[in-house]
Amino acid sequence: MNFALTEDQAMIRDSAQGFLADHSGSAAVRAAMAGATGYDAGVWQRIGGELGWCGIPVPEEFGGLGLGPVELVLVLEQMGRHLLCAPYFSSVCLAANLLLQAGSPAARKRFLPEIAEGRLRATTLLPSIADWSAAAAAVQARRDGERWILHGRCPRVPDGASADWLFVLAQVQGERQPGLFALPREANGARVTPLEGWDATRRFAEVALEQVTVPAEQRIDATGRIGEALERAAALARLAIAAEQLGGAQQCLDLTVAYTATRKQFGRAIASFQAVKHRCAEMMVRIEAARSAIYGAAAFAAVETTADALSLECSTARALASDTYFFCAQEAIQLHGGVGFTWEYDPQLYFKRAQASSHWLGGADVLRERIAQALIG
Amino acid sequence: MNLQPSPADEAFRAEVAQWMRVHLGGRFEPLRHRGGPGDEEADPTLRKDWERELAAGGWTCVGWPKAEGGRGLSIEQQVIFHEEYARAGGPGRMGHIGEGLIGPTLIAFGSEAQKRRFLPGIVAGREFWAQGYSEPNAGSDLANVQTRCWQEADGSWRVQGQKVWTSLAHESDWIFVLARGEPGSKGRQGLSFLLLPLQQPGIRIQPIRQLGGGAEFNEVFFDGAVAQADHIVGRPGEGWKVAMGLLEFERGVSTLGQQMRFSHEFELVLRAARANGSAADPQIRQRIAQAWSGLRVMRYNALRMLAGGEGPQLKREALIYKYYWSNWHRDLGRLAMDVLGPAGDVVSDDPAIRPLQQLFFFSRADTIYAGTNEIQLNLIAERGLDMPREPRPAA
Repeated sequence: MNFALTEDQAMIRDSAQGFLADHSGSAAVRAAMAGATGYDAGVWQRIGGELGWCGIPVPEEFGGLGLGPVELVLVLEQMGRHLLCAPYFSSVCLAANLLLQAGSPAARKRFLPEIAEGRLRATTLLPSIADWSAAAAAVQARRDGERWILHGRCPRVPDGASADWLFVLAQVQGERQPGLFALPREANGARVTPLEGWDATRRFAEVALEQVTVPAEQRIDATGRIGEALERAAALARLAIAAEQLGGAQQCLDLTVAYTATRKQFGRAIASFQAVKHRCAEMMVRIEAARSAIYGAAAFAAVETTADALSLECSTARALASDTYFFCAQEAIQLHGGVGFTWEYDPQLYFKRAQASSHWLGGADVLRERIAQALIG
Repeated sequence: MNLQPSPADEAFRAEVAQWMRVHLGGRFEPLRHRGGPGDEEADPTLRKDWERELAAGGWTCVGWPKAEGGRGLSIEQQVIFHEEYARAGGPGRMGHIGEGLIGPTLIAFGSEAQKRRFLPGIVAGREFWAQGYSEPNAGSDLANVQTRCWQEADGSWRVQGQKVWTSLAHESDWIFVLARGEPGSKGRQGLSFLLLPLQQPGIRIQPIRQLGGGAEFNEVFFDGAVAQADHIVGRPGEGWKVAMGLLEFERGVSTLGQQMRFSHEFELVLRAARANGSAADPQIRQRIAQAWSGLRVMRYNALRMLAGGEGPQLKREALIYKYYWSNWHRDLGRLAMDVLGPAGDVVSDDPAIRPLQQLFFFSRADTIYAGTNEIQLNLIAERGLDMPREPRPAA
C-alpha cells in the first residue's frame, strides 16, 4: 500500500496546473463567460488534442490514455481551481463515464474515440437528484416498430446547448430497468433552451424531448446490468465534481492568503491578525480533509470494488467537497472585505460556482442520508 | 497511489491478529477496549502485567531498531501492528510514554550508558515513565518553564518547582523533566533535560480530579529532588532541542491504531442509536453520516502522512491532523450524548452507556492537550500558509 503519487501522476498534475494557469486565468475565464458558447474553442482543441485530457479515463483500445480515477481527479482539481470553462465535465465525466459503465460495446466503439480526442462533445440528461435510476423517470421511451420514441424533459443539462450528442436515460415502456439512448442535439423534436445561470463558468440548458424518434441502434445501454452500472457512473461523476470543488476551494484560500498579505490596516498586514489567520487555517483544515477523502476515494475507485462501497466513498468525498467549497468561497468574500463583494475581484466567481455545483448530482444532505442508510439500514 | 496491500503485509497482519486472539483473553480479558484516554485508571496493575505479556511476545517497542532492543519493523508493519492491536481491543498502553517518547529520545540523544540503563526496562515492560513538561505557567507557552535545576558539588542534579498534567505519574517509576538550569535565562535557552526516579523524598505527587470525575493526571512537586549526575540527556542548556527533537521524527504510525479505537467508539454510538430509536431521527442520521465521513478522512489523511516521505518539514496533511481528529472526537462525544438523550445524564455503569459518557467528558481535553485548538490554528496558518508569525518573546 502506498499513497504517494507516482512520478507520472505528479507530472500530469503539474502540467495541468501549468497549462491552466496560462490559459484559464481570470481574464480568460471572464472572456469565456461573456462569449456565445461559454468557452474558448482554441483552448478546448488543445485540451482534446495535444494534451489528451479527454482521453484520461478512456481505455487505449478506444484511443484514450487508459489512465484511472486518480489521474482524472488530479486534472479536475486544477480545472476547478482555474474555473476552466469547457465542455470537459459533461463530455468526459458524464457522457464518457456513462458509456464506459453502461454503454454497449458498439456504442463505446462509436463514441469513445471521438470523445477521447475532444472532437465530439456530449452531455447527459440528468436532473439534480442523487438517484440516477429514478432520474430516468423524467423521460419516457416507447418502442415504435424498429424505432424508439422519446418524450420528456430535463430542466438542467450541463453544456446542453453546445453538445453534439445527448445521452438520455429513459424509463422504457414494459421494462423495469431504465434504458440509455443517444441522440444528436439537433434531432427533430429536441428543443434546447440555453439558461442564463448566475454561475456563467458552466453553461446549462433546458432540454425538452417531444416525441423524438430514435433509430434502434441509438439505444446504447449494454443489456442487463444498467442498475449497478448507473450506481458506479453516478459515484464516479460525484468524485469528479468533488475534485473540481476541491480545486475551487483551494483557490479561494490561496486568493485570500495572498490578498490579506498585502492589505494593510492599523499599520500592519491584516494577515498578521489572529482573527484572520485562524479563519484561513480553518479553511486549510477543511480543504486538506476533503483532499484526503477525495484522493482516498480515487485510490479506492482504482481498485476492483463493489458498486455500493464505491458509492459510499464517493458520496463522502462529494458531501465534504460541497460543504468545503461553499465554506471557503464565503470566507474568501468575507476576508477580502469590501472588494470581495465586487464584480472585479474573483471571489464572486468561486462563490457562484460553489453554490451552483453544490446540489447537482446530489447535495451534501441527500448524500449524507444515503450514507446513513447504508450504515444504519 | 496504490491501496493494495502486499502479501507479506497481509501475512504480518494475520500474525499480529492471531497473537492478540491468543493472548488478550483469560485473565487479560477484562482489559479489552479499556485504559484508553479518559479511562487510564482502569486496572493499572493488570495493564502492567499485560505490558510484560506483550514484551514476552516481542510486541513492545516494535518500531525501535533491533540494536536498541526493538523489533525493527518497517513503517508499514508498525502501522499494521497498531491497527491490529486496536482492532482486537488491546488496552491503552501503560508503556506508551516510555516506548513512544523517552525511548526514542534516548536513542537519538542519550549516552551509551543511559541507553544501557533505561532502554531494556522499557522494552521489558518493567519500568514506566511519566512526562514532566507542562507547568502552571508553561502550557501553550511551553518554553516558559520555571522549574529550576542546578548541579551540586558531587555532580548530582537538584530540581525545584512544579509540573502539571502529568499522566499516570502515580503509576510510574521515572519522570523526564525540562528544567531551567541557567538562572535568568528565558524561553528556549538555558533548559536542561533530566531523568529522575519518582520514588524519592523530594517528589510529591498529587492527583488532579478531572471534570469527568477521574484522576489520571497529577501535579508533581519537586523540592530539591535528585537526579544522578549522568542522568542529564544532551548537554546542560540543550533541553529544548532534546524535548522537541522527537516531534521531528513523529510520522504518525500510531494514528491508524488511534483510528481503530475511534471506529470502535463510533460503533458504540451507532449501536446506541439503533437501540433507542434515535437512529430514525433525520438530524441524528446526518450527524452519524458526518462522523463516519470523518473516519474516512482520518484514514486517508493518515495514509497521506505516511506516504509523505522523510524530511523535517511537516506536510499539510500532518499539520491539520491534530486539530482535525480532536475536534472530530469532541463532536462524536456530543453526538453520543445526544443519541443517549436523558439516559446520558444519569451516572451509569452500563457498558453501553458508560464509555459514551467517558467519551463525552474526556474528549473536551482533546482540543486542549498537546497543543490547543488555538495553538494548532496558529501553527497551521504560520507553517502551512506562511502567514506572519505571532510576536514571540525575545529568547
